[in-house]
Amino acid sequence: MKALSKPWYVATLEWVDARFPLTKMWDEHLAKYYAPKNFNFWYYFGSLALLVLVIQIGTGIWLTMNYKPDAERAFESVEYIMRDVEWGWFIRYMHSTGASAFFVVVYLHMFRGMMYGSYRTPRELIWLIGILIYLTLMGEAFFGYLLPWGQMSFWGAKVIVSLFGAIPVIGEWLSTLVRGDFGISDVTLNRFFALHVIAMPLILCALVVVHILALHEVGSNNPDGVEIKKKKGPDGVPLDGIPFHPYYTVKDIVGVAGFLIVYFGITFFAPEVGGYFIEHNNFIPADPFKTPTHIAPVWYFTPYYSVLRATTSEFMWVVAIGTVLLMLLYWREFKGAWRLVVPIATLALVGGYFTIDAKFWGVVLMGLSVLVFCALPWLDRSPVKSIRYRGPLTRIALAVFVVSFLVLGYLGTKTPTIALTRAAQLFTVLYFAYFLLMPIYSRIDTTKPVPERVTH
Amino acid sequence: MSDDVDKDRRRFLTVTASAVGGAGVVAAAVPFVAYLEPSARTKAIGGPVEVDISKLQPGEKMIAKWRGKPVWILRRTEEMVEAVKELDDRVVDPNSDNSEQPAYAKNELRSRKPEYLVVEGLCTHLGCSPNLVPAGAPDAPEAGWKGGFLCPCHGSKFDLAARVYVGMPAPTNLPIPRHQYLSDTRLLIGADEENPA
Amino acid sequence: MKFRLLPLLAILSSGAYAAGGGDLMHAEVDLGNRASLQRGARTFVNYCVSCHSAAYARYSRVAADLGIPEKVVAENMMFTTEKVGNTMQVAMRKDDGEAWFGIAPPDLSVIARARGADWLTTFLSTFYLDPKRPTGVNNLAFPDTAMPHVLWDLQGLKRASTETLTEGGQNVTHITGLETISAGLESDEAYAGTVRDLVNFLVYLGEPAKLVRYKIGFWAMLFLIGFFWIAYLLKKEYWRDVH
Repeated sequence: MKALSKPWYVATLEWVDARFPLTKMWDEHLAKYYAPKNFNFWYYFGSLALLVLVIQIGTGIWLTMNYKPDAERAFESVEYIMRDVEWGWFIRYMHSTGASAFFVVVYLHMFRGMMYGSYRTPRELIWLIGILIYLTLMGEAFFGYLLPWGQMSFWGAKVIVSLFGAIPVIGEWLSTLVRGDFGISDVTLNRFFALHVIAMPLILCALVVVHILALHEVGSNNPDGVEIKKKKGPDGVPLDGIPFHPYYTVKDIVGVAGFLIVYFGITFFAPEVGGYFIEHNNFIPADPFKTPTHIAPVWYFTPYYSVLRATTSEFMWVVAIGTVLLMLLYWREFKGAWRLVVPIATLALVGGYFTIDAKFWGVVLMGLSVLVFCALPWLDRSPVKSIRYRGPLTRIALAVFVVSFLVLGYLGTKTPTIALTRAAQLFTVLYFAYFLLMPIYSRIDTTKPVPERVTH
Repeated sequence: MSDDVDKDRRRFLTVTASAVGGAGVVAAAVPFVAYLEPSARTKAIGGPVEVDISKLQPGEKMIAKWRGKPVWILRRTEEMVEAVKELDDRVVDPNSDNSEQPAYAKNELRSRKPEYLVVEGLCTHLGCSPNLVPAGAPDAPEAGWKGGFLCPCHGSKFDLAARVYVGMPAPTNLPIPRHQYLSDTRLLIGADEENPA
Repeated sequence: MKFRLLPLLAILSSGAYAAGGGDLMHAEVDLGNRASLQRGARTFVNYCVSCHSAAYARYSRVAADLGIPEKVVAENMMFTTEKVGNTMQVAMRKDDGEAWFGIAPPDLSVIARARGADWLTTFLSTFYLDPKRPTGVNNLAFPDTAMPHVLWDLQGLKRASTETLTEGGQNVTHITGLETISAGLESDEAYAGTVRDLVNFLVYLGEPAKLVRYKIGFWAMLFLIGFFWIAYLLKKEYWRDVH
């Protein structure tokens, strides 16, 4: 009898496994999920994004216990948390720092994907879900930013919601629908609160699960862009794969510790980050009658905000020329009747540039500057994935993109002058050039031979 | 692959990292738990309240609100005080040995002054607020009722010193909060000489 | 005729002020200086709270953070309330404020976070006589401010010295400096000290947690660096399998 008895924890696990695939899930996603062994620094940011999500949800639940989504009391309730509630300042700073940290981590995570071609076949869907996560995150951040009900909250929301007004015909109706009032008001605050604490987080969590499931279905890419599943050992395990647990769990813990040093460094020592994470004007309660002299979105939105501001009526000429040039460049790709339809559509579009005001096209360009990421898997025509085995054109293009993104981000925080607007226009062109010329430069660029196995 | 693994070192590092990481998680949990404590505002609102008892007539009860709870102030008549003294053998805890009250209210009448009963008006059973039922009232719970409090929820009976009768669902007498007489007509609830606000 | 301000820096450096950093004077904030915070608190309750509230700050918290016994606070610093646990409310009604000043005086709880210590220092230091204003004074940091020079009895009164230049065919008047025309109870140095203490207190008031968060942060950093090191050793140990 004694030989048959099992320790209680084994028996318990077997009992659960007979009813729920616990061990199976553990194996599939951790212990027997084989990840390439050559992950580098850039591969920390996926797990860090998950960590920040957990931090935001945790601190968010706690803040919700004392926050009041009421225009009369919202500002006061935030200060109440900062002063009267035990450790309230800590939870609040964790949340405000976490919001920015989320975008830092996600931007680096996306950059990794762009460098190593992680969006390429068979990972297009992972990439698209990732963009959806990013869009949801932007919504989450936008709704959340109204909640402190300071001047920046109010006027930021006002400007962004007004963007909908640029859409012809339904615009005004739409922005009123979003606000639920004729201006940003208590009604808006109340619904943004609902969206921030329930709707967006739910969607975010669901998308993250789908993102990871899709990843684990096809397996991770790596800095060499080599498919490790092509070379398997006799046991069916990829030769260049190592179990995620324990190797990448222990490695990611190092990443977590490093991240937390920076994250808590900011939380404790500089939570405002000179007005970039928490803006000075947001310590003045929302006043619908008085716009602050300088308003700008929080830093993570400023690249797109720059694109919006760059789109003046004279910039439409540049957009028009760009559109026609693109049409001519890609005309030969179209077949049959499309060769007639595409030029006509282009002309109609260019006509639209000058009949509908630039305000509308600014919103369109801003939207496109985010959505264009979705097209990456189909814009990239290179025979290789990773930047390691690509030629100078791709490297220069990626560098131009990074510089454009950063410069646009910087310009978005500044009060526009003519010179700065010109700069924003130049970098808007470069930003879009990275994407829209990719089919050409990625194809004609030189490549280096890709190794059979990952390098180390 | 793992022929030359130093298992002891690996185990030691795993245990150390888990312990230190676990300590970090516990330390990080402290602010989250402390956050749930009453805030400075809650404590300020929950501070002592001052009550003017000059208008309270003999035999009458008034209710003060302290920390969101009803605090009864009953001005007892001579007969009411006598009634309490006759009920010692009908109550569970006549000397309030197992009940909650400051030392100065641990006596037969459960009060600092025989005339005034100051007591939290929430039943020690499940927190309902009992009603004052005077002697001879039509809704008296028993024949020969000498006056007292009757809980509407589960029928616990208390005498005019808020002592619970034998055989009731409520286990102990009603709690007496800290209080002090600032003058003959001004009563402070929630603080006393030893525990000032 | 146009009326224009010279950069503040130029004006202030010509006076007795220690100016620096952009167009604003430099505030010497030192939250570790309790005596300064206490003096600032005294100035605050004596001069500011009659018109401005600090509705998110509690007297009891100020007492505890600044090391002032609650009794002293209750007897000497509370003019608008009786309970030390209460917030710093204002005696003046909001409507009266609007009627008297055209705008209700703002709450000062987080004013240092909105305006910055340098701006507050400049604002409190650069009132000058201006007969065109209903309050009789104007301000270099906040032109046409609705606030009267509440600290005038301490600082005294100043007049702007101006020079008129012709620029592009127009006469433009610049303010070149501020000169004292009637001395106050305090010397210029003493007044600068009063302002420094008051601004110091306002910085504290804007974020009381600042008194503790650096200290806690230090230990948190120390712990995390230690944990990082252990995690790194652990990773290296496991990864010997891979390499």
